[in-house]
Amino acid sequence: MARVVLPQALTVRAGGQSEHEVEGRNVRALVAALEARFPGLGQELEGRVAVAIDGEIFNDPMLEAVGPDSEVHFLPRVGGG
Amino acid sequence: MNEDKKFRWVGTRPVRPDGIDKVTGRANYGADFALPDMLWGKVLRSPHAHARIVSIDLKRARALEGVLAVITAEDMPDLFSERAQKNGGHDDSNDLAQNVMARGKVFYHGHAVAAVAATSSVIATKALDLIDVEYEPLPPVLDISSATAPGGPLIHEDRITQGVEDAGPSNIAKKVQLGHGDPTEGFELADEVIEHEFTTRPVHQGYIEPHACLAQTSPDGRVTLWASSQGHFMVRDYTAKLLDIDLSLIQVIPAEIGGGFGGKTTVYLEPLAVMLSRKSGRSVKMVMSREEVFRASGPTLGTRIKLKLGATRDGVFTAGEATLHYEAGPFGGSSVMAGCMTIFAAYGFPHVRSTGYDVMVNKPKGAAYRAPGAPMAAFALETVIDEMAERLKIDPVDLRLRNAAKEGTLASFGPRYRRIGCVETLEALRDHPHYSAPLGPNQGRGVAVGFWFNAGLQSSAGVILNPDGTLTVLSGNPDIGGSRASLALMAAEEFGIDYDQIEVVVADTQSVGYNDVTGGSRVTFATGMAVIEAAGDVIRELRARAAAIWEVEAESVVWEQGEARLLGDTARAPLSLAALAKQAGRTGGPISGRAALTARGVGMGFGAHICDVEVDPETGRVEVIRYTAVQDAGRAIHPSYVEGQMQGGAVQGIGWALNEEYVFDSDGRLENPGFLDYRIPVTSDVPMIDTVIVEVANPNHPYGVRGVGEVPIVPPIPAVVNAVHAATGVRYRDLPLSPPKVLAGLAVQSDD
Repeated sequence: MARVVLPQALTVRAGGQSEHEVEGRNVRALVAALEARFPGLGQELEGRVAVAIDGEIFNDPMLEAVGPDSEVHFLPRVGGG
Repeated sequence: MNEDKKFRWVGTRPVRPDGIDKVTGRANYGADFALPDMLWGKVLRSPHAHARIVSIDLKRARALEGVLAVITAEDMPDLFSERAQKNGGHDDSNDLAQNVMARGKVFYHGHAVAAVAATSSVIATKALDLIDVEYEPLPPVLDISSATAPGGPLIHEDRITQGVEDAGPSNIAKKVQLGHGDPTEGFELADEVIEHEFTTRPVHQGYIEPHACLAQTSPDGRVTLWASSQGHFMVRDYTAKLLDIDLSLIQVIPAEIGGGFGGKTTVYLEPLAVMLSRKSGRSVKMVMSREEVFRASGPTLGTRIKLKLGATRDGVFTAGEATLHYEAGPFGGSSVMAGCMTIFAAYGFPHVRSTGYDVMVNKPKGAAYRAPGAPMAAFALETVIDEMAERLKIDPVDLRLRNAAKEGTLASFGPRYRRIGCVETLEALRDHPHYSAPLGPNQGRGVAVGFWFNAGLQSSAGVILNPDGTLTVLSGNPDIGGSRASLALMAAEEFGIDYDQIEVVVADTQSVGYNDVTGGSRVTFATGMAVIEAAGDVIRELRARAAAIWEVEAESVVWEQGEARLLGDTARAPLSLAALAKQAGRTGGPISGRAALTARGVGMGFGAHICDVEVDPETGRVEVIRYTAVQDAGRAIHPSYVEGQMQGGAVQGIGWALNEEYVFDSDGRLENPGFLDYRIPVTSDVPMIDTVIVEVANPNHPYGVRGVGEVPIVPPIPAVVNAVHAATGVRYRDLPLSPPKVLAGLAVQSDD
């Protein structure tokens, strides 16, 4: 299972925990699994965050593959100038 | 990518394709377009920083001969206010709509209240004086302290702080927090702890070209816009959204852009020009004056950062903690989140936390400015690191190297880094002769490190093989920093033909697939990837055509050095690009390729700068006497334009550190809206900026590219401030270091 780390601002919607073990082949599946565990969290995650999968940042994630030992950080989305 | 790959074109320095037009004045910028039926549009702007609009009477303006249209927010669709109300006052589109044209309230001095189109610029300006607006002035909120003071005036009575449970209305739009570990525990492990507060003032990007556009509308609803921006798809999308027009009906034709630096990633004039054109039935041109640019286009605003750093006596960081307040303008949306994410990002910390507050004030709505949010954050951290090095008696570069982020370091913003070049950049700085060069009296040297994420986002590109064997590359990104040249170099490399056989066109929104803005240091990286893919598309077809001509399987044909060759058959003469192009009509038709992608695998960027200053103890004037910028570019496709980015970023940062600031009076009126009183550095103010390009290849890009445009504005502020400390012994923590401020610091020091 992937190790998912949520931003601190969202831990209140995830039982007060920032780290979670989650099953899922891609980001969409992880979000769905988190939504099933913590109703309402999925919408927050889909709406405005990026992810870093094993250190690589994706700004509009959905189908990006997640390995069984992946570390997935949900992050604020950053653009630039 | 293969780091040992040998290149023929990548890494060379040919003249940029747009260079001659730009230096001879032939290039067309936003204000250079005209149509025969054209009217001139002008904007009436608020004389108050905060006021309710009681009434607007347009009768006298409309009656003026030559005036063909006058509009206010009543003429613009109100599409998002209901949605915002349901979301605690927050809605980005509603904020943008209100910023383009005030509805009910004005939120800053210079906020657009009405717009006029007339047969001449003079008549349009005269008509503005005939618009009668009655205001009910309200107390303005002008800085972080007054915005956050309990019981003070609210800019929006309905806006709830996001990120805080059970929050009520407030001038804080959002609270954010991130980090890992427990800083309290980390500070207990430290032998030295330093804590200070830092402040910066609003500064403008200072692009030379003002915002400008020309709009043409037709009775069937179609819109054509000529506009200077960092992204014509962005102009199309925002204009369509604010005016509720189908995207397919709007064609935006990109002008050349005379500087953007993040400030042209939004719209101000375009929706107004379209509405004026619709109302008048004529095309409408609008060009901001310099004063309007300062008063009404987005600067980056003021900040207050409290930062605490702990380290062992061996120089290992044990904890970092920062509280960042960033002004956003009147709607929220500052770069405070990026400030929180970048402030500790160049180093490894076992315990780190950043807390950010997005603060609304009655100043112009802030816009992106090159690595938005990061320079102010670096100012705080990198000057505290300098002080820590002094206390621990460790060389400041050595202290940074002991803690520098590397592959596997847990970044303060969350993930573990992949391959990055922070250490290599610092080592190159340490080994540069500048770092050990002698200094004279009243001179001092400072160093600092900067980090920026860089962006990937969406890009499309096309490659067209012309019948004579030349190539046309279609890009959808305005060329700001030499991207035509970098895209052409990559195409030349892929095809194995000469650079001058390739023409890069910045195509309009109807002529190439979607592209995100030229921003986030992304074009050479992301659009470059699209060009490489589109070239591959063409080369596949060329191999197929050659195979058809030779009556062999396509797999037996390779593309090498600009020609198709039959594997294992040296007797068969290769087919050149020109030969295949000539025969295209008889072998299947014209040949072109395309690619559209969301660029993944962005390589994060690090820079490190050395600054020498000389401080005049009598006047307080700081002169930068030597400056070296070192940066990991991954792979420099066109080294001259990478160096140009490094030099430009350094100079903008020097200006931010020493001179630039918005000066408001007590009513919130900007007192220095022009380049005479808002002092950006000119060539005579700075030495030649020396550059060192470090190349730690990004493994996710075919050529190893990392973005380079934003990193170089991150280190200069602390590099300059640390140098001033070295020269004077004074630690300055409030920007800019103008002569009076430097003198005041020297006076305090002599009193001590």
